[in-house]
Amino acid sequence: MPDSPAQSPSSDAARRLPRPWDNPAQVPFIQIKGLSKRFDDVTAVNDVSLDIFRGELFAILGGSGSGKTTLLRMLAGFEQPAAGSIVIDGVDMTPVPPYERPVNMMFQSYALFPHMTVEQNVAYGLRKEGLPRADIARRVAEMLALVKLGSLGGRKPDQLSGGEQQRVALARALVKRPKVLLLDEPLAALDRKLREHTQFELMNIQDQLGITFLVVTHDQEEAMTLATRIAVMNAGRFVQVGTPAEIYEFPCNRFVADFFGTVNLFSGRVAGNSGDTLSFRADNLPGVICAPATTCQTGDEAWIAVRPEKISLSKAPPAGSDENVFRGMVWDLAYYGNLSLYQINLDGGHIIEVSVQNRVRSAQRVAEWYDEVYVYWGKQNSVVLRE
Amino acid sequence: MQNRDMPLPVSGRWWRAGAIAIPYAWLLLFFLAPFLLVFKISVADPVVGQPPFTALFPGGGSGLVHISWDNYRFLFEDNLYPVSYLKSVQIAFVSTLLCLLLGYPLAYAIARARHPWRNVLLMLVILPFWTSFLLRVYAWMGVLSDHGLVNNLLLWLGVIERPLKILYTDLAVYLGILYSYLPFMVLPLYASLERLDPDLHDAAEDLGAGPLTVFRDITLPMSLPGIIAGSLLVFIPAIGEFVIPSLMGGLDSLMIGRTLYEEFFSNRDWPMSAAVATVLLLILVLPIMVFQRYQVRERAGVQ
Amino acid sequence: MNRRYPPFLIGVLAFAYAFLYVPIVLVIVYSFNDSRLVSVWGGFSLRWYRALLENEQVLRAAWLSLRVAIVSATVATVLGTLAGIALTRMGRYPGRFLFTGMLAAPLVMPEIITGLSLLLLFVTLQDLIGWPSGRGALTITLSHITFCMAFVAVVAQSRLAAMDAALEEAALDLGGTPFRVTLDITLPLIMPAMVSGWLLSFTLSLDDLVITSFVSGPGASTLPMLIYSKVKLGLTPDINALATLIIVMVSICVGVAGWLMYRRPVPQRV
Repeated sequence: MPDSPAQSPSSDAARRLPRPWDNPAQVPFIQIKGLSKRFDDVTAVNDVSLDIFRGELFAILGGSGSGKTTLLRMLAGFEQPAAGSIVIDGVDMTPVPPYERPVNMMFQSYALFPHMTVEQNVAYGLRKEGLPRADIARRVAEMLALVKLGSLGGRKPDQLSGGEQQRVALARALVKRPKVLLLDEPLAALDRKLREHTQFELMNIQDQLGITFLVVTHDQEEAMTLATRIAVMNAGRFVQVGTPAEIYEFPCNRFVADFFGTVNLFSGRVAGNSGDTLSFRADNLPGVICAPATTCQTGDEAWIAVRPEKISLSKAPPAGSDENVFRGMVWDLAYYGNLSLYQINLDGGHIIEVSVQNRVRSAQRVAEWYDEVYVYWGKQNSVVLRE
Repeated sequence: MQNRDMPLPVSGRWWRAGAIAIPYAWLLLFFLAPFLLVFKISVADPVVGQPPFTALFPGGGSGLVHISWDNYRFLFEDNLYPVSYLKSVQIAFVSTLLCLLLGYPLAYAIARARHPWRNVLLMLVILPFWTSFLLRVYAWMGVLSDHGLVNNLLLWLGVIERPLKILYTDLAVYLGILYSYLPFMVLPLYASLERLDPDLHDAAEDLGAGPLTVFRDITLPMSLPGIIAGSLLVFIPAIGEFVIPSLMGGLDSLMIGRTLYEEFFSNRDWPMSAAVATVLLLILVLPIMVFQRYQVRERAGVQ
Repeated sequence: MNRRYPPFLIGVLAFAYAFLYVPIVLVIVYSFNDSRLVSVWGGFSLRWYRALLENEQVLRAAWLSLRVAIVSATVATVLGTLAGIALTRMGRYPGRFLFTGMLAAPLVMPEIITGLSLLLLFVTLQDLIGWPSGRGALTITLSHITFCMAFVAVVAQSRLAAMDAALEEAALDLGGTPFRVTLDITLPLIMPAMVSGWLLSFTLSLDDLVITSFVSGPGASTLPMLIYSKVKLGLTPDINALATLIIVMVSICVGVAGWLMYRRPVPQRV
């Protein structure tokens, strides 16, 4: 195991050299090839392939039963794949038992040993490596200081708060300086305020140590704020892999669009596809929706997705272009302080969601219940989805 | 623990008093008082008559108390009793160890089984415990007898040439206790192993511990409460065991329960048996108290 | 989890269950043995069952055991349930600690001590107040109630502890008196525990030898006492038949008790 965590040059390289995944010359750090796992008659992971690069903070996002935890457990070595291989840093991990893999895991339940103190928990992995006592003591102290638990070393896990337990679990996994740290829902057990704080702390520590992090989560917000890249998983397969912005702004299908944040979906058919504009006739909506041109053919069945914050709202028809302008009535509204959420019942019966930033301090609202309003958005904000 | 501090209506107070007092009074009369009587009679002298002992207040209301420590003195002078006590402790200890040796892997195997199987396997451990204790001992007598299953099997395998004498030896007593008390060992062990979070096992493996190390570092220390409870549940009643040494043991399998029984029914020396019982109780007070403390703590831990 | 099941553990299970069941199976098999010798197979026969049914001594002992068991189990269930309620639903009261101890001690107390102490009690009581006069079914029943109620209390207590006290609080809140609430809410909810407590007491009472030997009088021989005196003299084939009958009966009781205790009110779909 390399003995130089923080100043690992490759991690800096990963940060400086943006998007190593776009560089075909870059060798992936973790290579997952054709991985499958079956439990009785359920296929949990189905022929999955993925490259992860050194220093990445990669998130696998999926609902329960999507296969994400099984994938993580195969990486840790707790499950044997039915097919496929996992290569970490050039070494095939398939025949390596979990206790010999250069991989450590932070469990969702934290799995702290209740009969050991915080120090004993953190030291456990180093003791199993057979390091000299003095080295162990030094590294445990360093790691506890890093996660800001320096004074709690003598406590038992049940004397700690949830946030402290989470940090012990992190320290215990990190102290072995693994090549890859696996995190199973690292923030799920924390309350909202603590999550936000911990999120930044995690990113900080990852940045300092340069260890490749692989996070599994069901929380799209957590994935988006933490990760360099995200793989969206459903029914044992990856649906889309990309940076958070790519996935949010350019979802590849309705599942991804819907999984990430809120989205307004219109079903219908392509009415025309010429020049730089695609025109789309949505079911039960008067007029056409414009979108950037794609490879679709006229008459194809498709969907248009528009994010609520991409839509503008006004009581008078907007001046200038009449592209993507639709009339409707305020059906419901909710005030959140920083923004207001409107539900607009469009002519034709679609109910769409529009969020409006409250940028001016005022007790007045743009529109009230049952006001007639106009919604509009630039055509580049329409996403055409084929499935 | 529930702590209701609500004001109760009148009917509630009567109900409350009744619910507590009736079982309480029963236990005072039929459980606690008898123990005090045992002690009282252990300091009386034996006489030929009905009842066969002298009264504590021979003068009726005169206040004269008759206490004799002769029984206790005799208890330590006669070799029979110290030997019986020691033999009981030894047999109970060895049997407890045997129970642990078989019970731990069994409880572990059950706890590791998949869900619907677990309850079935557990049920199968408890089931024989429900069939008459006496008949289970009887069944084992058949297995261990000179022409029983064990001897026939060994003869058939050619391991031995003529039947081994197993029945009516200490070995038979060990096996009898092992068989009869195994569920008491398995149940608490299973409870503590089943509660064990499988993530802890994985976490230790993840941190570099091989299967045997995981067992030594995590599984074994985490199941220690179960080991203690199970061992006490076997050890305490095994010390006072009477039926098994009497039916399966040899003449030298002199456990204290058997000695007491014979003292009482054959010699009809009631004060002496009462003294024997009192000393036995004193020997058991410590393990029983440890067991009680453990029970209280377990229950507090569950809630 | 889906870890593979180690073959070593399968071996452990096989050995342990063979250890537990082979002796019992042998007893059942040999109960149909025609031979008078306990270890030689002489063909299938029901003669030992016939001999058993013609043995008046056995029938009398069985009848006594059955009567004692039914009465003891019933009284012990009532007292044990009350004790369980008193331990989980009554808050604090003076002497609670002693109460807990007296309920737990019979579970581990060597029977030989309990038996001796109860006998001394009955002798002393007879001496002092003339009741119970002599020893027999009554003293046996009183003794069985005492140790059975401790077992019932444990079963009832664990069921009560697992039960949400908010149910009873809700009923109190809706205007029920504590007595009515116990009757209307608590008892129906712990009914399964009471039934299995009764069955447990029934089998314990039916099975007891040591305590019974102490407190029984001349002429009052229960079934275990009879079996003991027969077995003490050596193995006899009619005991095999008797054992088989008892095993079958107890298995039915256990099956019912287990079903009542573990059945779920709503079938679970997973």
